[in-house]
Amino acid sequence: MKAKVIITPKPEVLDPQGKTVQTALEHMGCTGVGEVRVGKYIEIEMDGDADTVKAKLSEYADKFLANPNIEDYRLKLED
Amino acid sequence: MKFAVLQFPGSNCDQDCVHVLQNVLGHPTRLLWHKESVLGDVDAVLVPGGFSYGDYLRTGSIARFSPVMQAVKEFADQGGLVLGICNGFQILCEAGLLPGALIRNRSLQFRCEHVYLKVATQDSPFTQAIPEGKLLRIPIAHGEGNYFCDAATLEELEAKDQILFQYADRDGDVTDHANPNGSLKNIAGICNTARNVAGMMPHPERAAEPALNEDDGRLIFESLIAGLNPAPAPA
Repeated sequence: MKAKVIITPKPEVLDPQGKTVQTALEHMGCTGVGEVRVGKYIEIEMDGDADTVKAKLSEYADKFLANPNIEDYRLKLED
Repeated sequence: MKFAVLQFPGSNCDQDCVHVLQNVLGHPTRLLWHKESVLGDVDAVLVPGGFSYGDYLRTGSIARFSPVMQAVKEFADQGGLVLGICNGFQILCEAGLLPGALIRNRSLQFRCEHVYLKVATQDSPFTQAIPEGKLLRIPIAHGEGNYFCDAATLEELEAKDQILFQYADRDGDVTDHANPNGSLKNIAGICNTARNVAGMMPHPERAAEPALNEDDGRLIFESLIAGLNPAPAPA
């Protein structure tokens, strides 16, 4: 099973990378751009059923893959 | 006084710390490789700057799981003195020994320059020997030094006098213009509530001997030494 971990800066955390990408898009002529946030994306191959993988990865995302002081994360599973 | 300086793959300020502690200040100092799980007989631990484990995932996020950091946690829990400098500060935050986190500089630039530091409190083993009102001139060199924590944590840091250093201008005023990285409240260094663990982004070991024409950083190491070797009481 493939697990996807999507990590984003918490809403209250300043994201200068996102701001810079937003400005660059506007400079390129891309219209209608709203706020941009830049995060991380991790793919993990893992054995086990969906519930087990989700439980295990939540535990390790909380203590390692994401930093709860500054980041939120979402898990997505794919067979 | 005996010091240990940690060494991770990617540390690059470890030898500078050893040089200052041993050759400039004359205190026995050992390097401790990240795989060591015992600190041995030490009075204080320095977590030096650099790019431990290539800064992969997040700065300091891998180093915190090394065997030596488990020993440092135990040492800190027992009241041992621990100072993290630059990447060392990032590691101590990731390890939960200090609150908050260091994120990308707001300019997105790696900042390598001298800054002025206001000493926000002398009530710590890391600042006690710094004369009152003394402004420190010390270099910084980092891309992720933007101190962030939530509002409740910031309130606690202020209420418990845990902010040690703030970026200031040459007059000692803490202004946004003097803030090199976007840190909340211009924070350059903090300590924990027990006041035995501290982290700072500036590099005192790079400004600690007269041969370099600058030695303000030395006052931080001398604070540590003064705490462990108190001057004899007058007869």
